[in-house]
Amino acid sequence: MISYDIVIIGGGPAGLAAAVSARKAGIDRILILERDKELGGILNQCIHNGFGLHTFKEELTGPEYAARFIDQVLEEKIEYRLNTMVMDISTDRVVTAMSRADGMYQIQAGAVILAMGCRERPRGALNIPGYRPAGIFSAGTAQRLVNIEGYMPGREVVILGSGDIGLIMARRMTLEGAKVKVVAELLPYSGGLKRNIVQCLNDFDIPLKLSHTVVDIEGKEHVTAVTIAQVDSKNKPIPGTEERYTCDTLLLSCGLIPENELSNKAGVQMNPVTSGPLVNESLETSIPGVFACGNVLHVHDLVDYVSEEAKKAGESAAKYVKAGGREAEGGHVIAVKATDGARYTVPTTINTDNMDDLLTVRFRVGNVFKNAFVSVYFDDERVMHNKKRILAPGEMEQIILQKKKLAEKPDLKTITIKIEAE
Amino acid sequence: MEKRELTCIGCPMGCQITVELDNGEVLSVTGNTCAIGDKYARNEVTHPERTVTSTVVVDGGKAHRVSVKTAGNIPKDKIFECMNAINAVRVNAPVRIGDVVLSDVAGTGVNVVATKNVD
Repeated sequence: MISYDIVIIGGGPAGLAAAVSARKAGIDRILILERDKELGGILNQCIHNGFGLHTFKEELTGPEYAARFIDQVLEEKIEYRLNTMVMDISTDRVVTAMSRADGMYQIQAGAVILAMGCRERPRGALNIPGYRPAGIFSAGTAQRLVNIEGYMPGREVVILGSGDIGLIMARRMTLEGAKVKVVAELLPYSGGLKRNIVQCLNDFDIPLKLSHTVVDIEGKEHVTAVTIAQVDSKNKPIPGTEERYTCDTLLLSCGLIPENELSNKAGVQMNPVTSGPLVNESLETSIPGVFACGNVLHVHDLVDYVSEEAKKAGESAAKYVKAGGREAEGGHVIAVKATDGARYTVPTTINTDNMDDLLTVRFRVGNVFKNAFVSVYFDDERVMHNKKRILAPGEMEQIILQKKKLAEKPDLKTITIKIEAE
Repeated sequence: MEKRELTCIGCPMGCQITVELDNGEVLSVTGNTCAIGDKYARNEVTHPERTVTSTVVVDGGKAHRVSVKTAGNIPKDKIFECMNAINAVRVNAPVRIGDVVLSDVAGTGVNVVATKNVD
């Protein structure tokens, strides 16, 4: 069996950044396995700009952002295999992969980094009544068709869901000559960035209907019309509010789900809130030597944070390999919890022996909060209390923990992040 | 006197800003809660600008299309003119990031450049 020090599953932004940082940490034998025919992942189809403001202090398009990391992978002569599907990861880190060129084969990995990204929530998971004709696409599929393949999915479009991909596609389809008639959003607020609502919808006078959902799809062979209706506070359609739109295309932008079939099969313990693995301060999963980063761990809104997180995963994997795969024994382990408006944290445990001087804990809130406080408790003692003008579910938040502060509390059991009104 | 309503894009607050104009001159900006909103609103009502991104056809390359962008912002009211000009462009592979595929798009003085390498 062939062997590598680190095998990275996925050659998107997370996999690329993890590979580069593992190399910089001194690991020679690194292999990236990528399912698509090129590196770069979803960034290849995200041709709009606005990427990289944090990392590179300039506004790049998706392909340009990806190229910055692909160039580093090439410079560092990091090995990668394209058109390669990973079928299985075992608990002792044997990776089973398959490609048309090489058939099925196995690789023994010193450490594995999960960087498989996420998938869009499909129609089947949305319970939309009506026929099942052609012309219904996830927004990301439409994005790939338009931007990579060069095909227009349709000319008259209704979009369900106001996530960023849906908003971006509303503009993209409009620029390419389609008529986007309406964007319907089930929630009373949009999960998309304000900038996208203004520049993708308002610029082109595309109406955004909040608290609305699709109640009927017409068309036997192909979509001919979509009916939307307003919903009440329990998300039930209100009779009499129906509006029918003739169209040939329905795009769905209704959330992203980390793609963890491999992780589940390997027995990695999952966080039901994020649908991603539970990880410690080193971004290591419940299986020793298996690390996770990027959208497979939790869905991000900014790729810059994916790169930052992946860098950490690459460094952690390198450290694990250099230590000969031996875990440090003992150490002071602290649980990290999210309550009162905070939905989840990454990581969920911290071993103070293994943490850097500063540790970033990322989290999301479950609702829109104005002029609220992000509070951090060390057991019952409040140690941080930061006022935020706005907190929104669509914007990932973070706090930074200092190792020396944790070292002062040898009996500390739980760190809790809460959102407080005062 | 003219009144314009805007949503600020400076941060997730999304302040609703009202701008009062007289003959194109800004008289007042209200509704914003910080300086970013004031600056955004003044730019947006006097000379709104956008970056346009799209794709053009590539001949003889590994991919059918290459992504492109305007190298700088162009006036918002030139977006569709710019798209028409971009749609008429065909390039030959190889294309490198930053290659100019169309210069001075729609008389804006701004070039359209490739944003992806296609061999």
